[in-house]
Amino acid sequence: MNARLEVTKTYKMYVNGAFPRSESGRSLPVESVDGKHIGHICHASRKDLRDAVGAARGAVNGWKARAAYNRGQILYRMAEMLEGKGEEFAQAIKQSTGDDLRSARKEVIASVDRLISFAGWADKFAQVLGCNNSVAGPYYNFTVPEGTGVCVVVAPDEPCLLGMISLMAPALCGGCTVICVGSEAHPIPTSILGEVCQTSDVPKGVINLLTGQRAELLTWIAEHRGIDAIHAANLEHDEARQLRLGAQENVKRVRVRTIDDDAWFETEECESPWWIEPFVEMKTIWHPSSA
Amino acid sequence: MADGEQATGNMTGLSGSSASDVSTGRETSAEKPRKGRPRFELRFGDAWDYAPAPERAPCEIADTYGHFINGKFTKPTETFSTINPANEEKLAKIAQGSTRDVNKAVKAAREALPKWSRLSGKERGKYLFRIARRIQERARELAILETKDGGKPIKESRDVDIPLVAQHFFYNAGWADKLKYAFAGAEPGPVGVCGQIIPWNFPLLMAAWKIAPALACGNTVVLKPAETTPLTALRLAEIFEEIELPPGVVNIVTGAGETGAALANHKDLDKLAFTGSTEIGKVLAGIAAQRGIPITLELGGKSPNIIFDDASVDQAVEGIISGIYFNQGHVCCAGSRLFVQEGVVEEVIEKLKIRLASLRVGDPLDKNTDVGAINSKMQLEKIKDYLKIGTKEGAELHKVNGKPLPSKGYYCSPSFFTGVQQSHRIAQEEIFGPVLAIQTFRTPEEAISRANNTPYGLAAGIWTDKGSKIFEIATRLEAGVVWCNTYNKFDAASPFGGFKESGFGREGGMQGLRPYVSL
Repeated sequence: MNARLEVTKTYKMYVNGAFPRSESGRSLPVESVDGKHIGHICHASRKDLRDAVGAARGAVNGWKARAAYNRGQILYRMAEMLEGKGEEFAQAIKQSTGDDLRSARKEVIASVDRLISFAGWADKFAQVLGCNNSVAGPYYNFTVPEGTGVCVVVAPDEPCLLGMISLMAPALCGGCTVICVGSEAHPIPTSILGEVCQTSDVPKGVINLLTGQRAELLTWIAEHRGIDAIHAANLEHDEARQLRLGAQENVKRVRVRTIDDDAWFETEECESPWWIEPFVEMKTIWHPSSA
Repeated sequence: MADGEQATGNMTGLSGSSASDVSTGRETSAEKPRKGRPRFELRFGDAWDYAPAPERAPCEIADTYGHFINGKFTKPTETFSTINPANEEKLAKIAQGSTRDVNKAVKAAREALPKWSRLSGKERGKYLFRIARRIQERARELAILETKDGGKPIKESRDVDIPLVAQHFFYNAGWADKLKYAFAGAEPGPVGVCGQIIPWNFPLLMAAWKIAPALACGNTVVLKPAETTPLTALRLAEIFEEIELPPGVVNIVTGAGETGAALANHKDLDKLAFTGSTEIGKVLAGIAAQRGIPITLELGGKSPNIIFDDASVDQAVEGIISGIYFNQGHVCCAGSRLFVQEGVVEEVIEKLKIRLASLRVGDPLDKNTDVGAINSKMQLEKIKDYLKIGTKEGAELHKVNGKPLPSKGYYCSPSFFTGVQQSHRIAQEEIFGPVLAIQTFRTPEEAISRANNTPYGLAAGIWTDKGSKIFEIATRLEAGVVWCNTYNKFDAASPFGGFKESGFGREGGMQGLRPYVSL
């Protein structure tokens, strides 16, 4: 018998530069659109979120301190790796969503291009969002944006890859470290994305990817004091309210977008520096000017 | 300049457009100590006493003030009194805003919105230019009114507050027809009807910070001034009438906390903006979250002022003074935590004692007064509590300013604590008074980590003569405004606002427009 048994992949999360399962030992079955069992993904717990926050917090200063040029190259490297694994992503999207391969590939390509766009923004957005201020006195005064800190991305169910990349890239570009809760309906691309990060010189802790149930994690995300910002899209009204209510505790910066399927592919909309702006803090520096 | 005439009348260096740092001709006899004198000596006009020099220009105050709604002053029904904290005398009766008043004001703002937002930017700007000019023309009157109602020294209201108010309107006026250049690639439109709630520490300046950018971007406004300081906002409303600002574009409803709550909870607001305590800010953030509307918050602070051993100590001491004793310490960005590198601690504290002793505390209307009246009895009690708490926690209180305080009114001698631990409440909580907590450090790393060890992130000060150190420290401090070799400088073109729990959104500068546009 020549038939070879396929070696299937164990889907894991990506936290602090490693591929752990959920500390809770929980998993969730994933089915294809026609009801076929695809595999299991990790069912992230509150403790997994805490671990991810710890990793992201530990990585913030290093990521912010890197040259913007370097951050840009790392995002570009992610695009290169994503392109290389494009077919694996396209198949995963197709299998889970039931999209045809052509549209799944289209989503992968758009995701690669989105990363390229923000790779390019990394050393330029400060020139667009920041400025020198002409104050009425003998002072040199300027305003520079810097990353807010630890940002949680709550990805939409669809498009599962493009949505996640579109929400993560501006925060990373701006100097934030990211914890992404991937698409609940189609979690496998989230799991594969860890392999892209791991081969792209992304410093450990800068990107952390969790899979599981969004509603369960939202409560903990909203209240966690180690999280500085939240970038989410297409949440239910109650989910958005819950996030904002919890966020008041430590004055988190929360941006919840409503974006329909086609709009994710619009570069004018989704690749604007105003997508970076909610995840940077403006710092204004004064110094007397005199001889 | 003779020794005895040094440094009078410019304790902050904040003289509106002519702001300049303290760098001129201060003589120190540190190298040649004279007999019977301390080792470090700075002399600040202690050769003779100053005669009283009160500002006497007339400034009319009506008996009673109503709200300003839809371009008209309402006839008040229920009122409360606003008093002069310098002598506890009643100044006027002020309308207590009810839910009905708030409803009327929001309705007026809503009705004014379509026309105002469709007006060309150039025309909107022209109204704001007019306001700026009228403020300049009536500057003296506004300064006196501000000082009477709030207790701040006339020197500050005249040279800092009111010039900045005019500048904020003038600066934002010029943006009104240029918004598309401020938001690269986007199409900025107005947000809508804005509810704005402001504090008592810079009453008219806070009104200008809120109203000017909102109007420039095509929004309409309902503003609630602080309970203890409503008079200058109402005078501003008179100016709006004079310059023929269309009715309803700005509405002012006076009152206490309940009025603010009624405004914040109004269902027809498109945006909330608040400056004040972090505690109230979080409550308002909750209201905005329930309603799903945007909010900007400019909240409290416990800002670090860091002096390195290579700083120019004389200038740094001036920076400490303007950092914490400016406006009686009623400043959200006050440099209330002083970190001094160990090598210069002794020198800094000795010089600080001499400088602090020279501050003139008393009648805010006196042109020589450095530290005026505490804004309210409640605030005075709060500050006194912290003085007790600090002592009880084991820190050492230095009350080196022995100037006698007026018998009537709310006054607090400026002071500082040494021996302060990070765990002390006086090192963690915002006191909002002329009280400084001094700590020491050895290395830049230690300074940075301790400066950042707070939920706040509004401002910070750095004192060193080394440029590369300034950039490294400024980059790593978690603060929205970093003053290097200076402190407490403000300008309409310079964005102001905090990191972390000091809030979000900026006021002033190009970035100050962002909260008032939708992209």
